Amino acid sequence: MAMPSIHFLANPARFQRFSARILPWLGALTALLWASGLYMALLVAPPDYQQGETVRIMFVHVPAAWWSMAAYALLAGLGAALLVWRHPLAALMARAVAPVGAAYALVCLVSGSFWGRPMWGTWWVWDARLTSMLLLFFLYLGHIALSRAFDDSERGDRAAAVLALVGVVNLPVIKFSVDWWNTLHQPASVMKLDGPAIHPSILTPLLVMAAAYLALLVFLVLLRTETEIGRRRLETAALTGR
Amino acid sequence: MGGFLSMGGHGAYIWPAYGIAVAALGGLLIWSLRARAKVQRELQDRGLDRRARERR
Repeated sequence: MAMPSIHFLANPARFQRFSARILPWLGALTALLWASGLYMALLVAPPDYQQGETVRIMFVHVPAAWWSMAAYALLAGLGAALLVWRHPLAALMARAVAPVGAAYALVCLVSGSFWGRPMWGTWWVWDARLTSMLLLFFLYLGHIALSRAFDDSERGDRAAAVLALVGVVNLPVIKFSVDWWNTLHQPASVMKLDGPAIHPSILTPLLVMAAAYLALLVFLVLLRTETEIGRRRLETAALTGR
Repeated sequence: MGGFLSMGGHGAYIWPAYGIAVAALGGLLIWSLRARAKVQRELQDRGLDRRARERR
């Protein structure tokens, strides 16, 4: 009973009661955060003295990068929960997470490209940060494909869980790529041990957008997990001829 | 308004970056909501939804 909040959600029926209660509020919070985040990012934040207006791309780019990595850590944790503890909800939640993580990684890659063109003079370079981020996107796509590759959905769940666990080595590579290799991508400026190196006028909108991306991630994962529970229930009913 | 849209001459890069975020995340949201509605409808049709089970 060390982690009651997790165990509480282990039971699908209880999970559904919990998510049905929380989803409307979380949806409203998500909409509010996105509205204020976009307002601050596009209208309140000043242009950067070096990047000019293109700094506004950071507000959609950086949170997408953070949460696509966090979502992958969750996916790997769910993979472990499925393979090691045969957790009943882990496989369903993993199916719910993967497309959200893929979308976040895609937003990160494309928005970064639109920043790189005016600031670096190129849409893309095969540098360590960009390449490892592209690999993260492909890991998500691989997870989605594998989990749907078998007629027996539980076999697909296990294969995808193995991929999620193997791919987790890519997370530290993404995080530390800017320190380990001399890359075109700049090093971390928020997640630093000695505090962020960004002026509050830029940091505040960035953090509000980060909260907006997180709220959307949680909202979508709960909603999609609920859908997967229902889908699995329909599958079971079809198998038992009900 | 023209100044806002041109974004200091970088509007051609900034607006597509926001566009992809809105399109990808908005699209995912709509897809997810519709998938849930469809599954809930099927569960209801077969009397497998939560309320039906609680009545039993």
